[in-house]
Amino acid sequence: MDFEIQTWVKMSAFAGGGIAMGLGAIGAAVGEGNAAQSANQAISRQPELSGEILKTLLVGQAIAESAAIFALVVAMTLLFSTFSADSIMVSVVMSAGLAMGLGAIGSGAGSGLPAGSACTGISRQPKMSSKITTNMLIGSAVCQTPSIFALVTAFILLFTTFSGRPVSPTWAAIMGAGLAVGLASIGSGLGGGLVAEKSCEGIARQPNSSGSTTMLMLLAQAVTQTPTIYGLLVAFILLFKSSPAADSIAPAIALLGSGLCMGLGAIGPGWGIGYSGGMAVRWSARNEKAVTDITKVMLLGQAGVSSTAIYSLLIALVLIFIA
Amino acid sequence: MAIEGADIVQAAAYIGASLAMGLGALGPGVGEGMAAAKTCEAIGKNPKEAGLLTRTMLVGQAVTESTGIYSLVIALLLLFVVV
Repeated sequence: MDFEIQTWVKMSAFAGGGIAMGLGAIGAAVGEGNAAQSANQAISRQPELSGEILKTLLVGQAIAESAAIFALVVAMTLLFSTFSADSIMVSVVMSAGLAMGLGAIGSGAGSGLPAGSACTGISRQPKMSSKITTNMLIGSAVCQTPSIFALVTAFILLFTTFSGRPVSPTWAAIMGAGLAVGLASIGSGLGGGLVAEKSCEGIARQPNSSGSTTMLMLLAQAVTQTPTIYGLLVAFILLFKSSPAADSIAPAIALLGSGLCMGLGAIGPGWGIGYSGGMAVRWSARNEKAVTDITKVMLLGQAGVSSTAIYSLLIALVLIFIA
Repeated sequence: MAIEGADIVQAAAYIGASLAMGLGALGPGVGEGMAAAKTCEAIGKNPKEAGLLTRTMLVGQAVTESTGIYSLVIALLLLFVVV
């Protein structure tokens, strides 16, 4: 079979679009289903609050949906754009699809969690509903950061000209960049959701603590983003560092492996940092006297969790610069 | 593009190092996160024991970290020693 380059690029763009939307739909669907489940339980407990709870559910689901909408935008761009007939574009369009598809999983599933716990919280403390809804909005908006990183990377991939660079090993650097951002977003997206979930629960249990709970939530969510930022860093290095042309396959595999290593290595720490941040937020809301101690231990524990992400970053950088 | 045996071996070492460290970071990340989470919970329940709990958490995390360090060692061996 002897296809023209244009045909290969089109095939890859269609496959990439399918991957972007197929994977990108997983997270938002799970997250929104989880929110609806909690809302149903909340309404069965307090049927007279059904209007308020339904409103909160819809707002929360709308935010969780945004990750899937980013994936839809990238998929549509891949399906309906015309790409230049350059063999490097085969990997560019595939990588953009992978980055956005994988990148939407964590944020979608994560931002459904605060929506669910906000509904539960309103059924427990109807008076606090506006504070809980505000906190949920802030929390789920921060949850979207990893998917926004993935969207930015996908668009940088699609709108940068790679034609002057050698096809081997640039194709592998491009695939690696997509994998690094996409996979790294999964952990941080879920982790950010766990933090926001516990903070909505905390405000519902202890209305007086709402100010300090929201502050601690933002701190914990910011730390949760670090693994994704490592992924973004590795992706940018892969995209913007030009490599000399190589006839052999080893340099290309080193660049692809670098992206894979950073992406996979960020999933566990992202989840772990988020889980510990969530517990810290929950218990600092319940025990105001221990807030300082809990915050200190949370940061110490999160630093420990980050270390494995830093090992991955180390190996990824070694693969890029030394191998 | 001429691909030779030594080239394939080198490429396999790179992908092996990448998978060793990438997958090896999953477990310690999740495990240490659980340790930190439960320590925060325990301090919330019993703030007086914060010092003891922090110490125990750090020891536990150090042990949990060991599998991550094994992965790092294997990745570095694959990159610099074996091939």
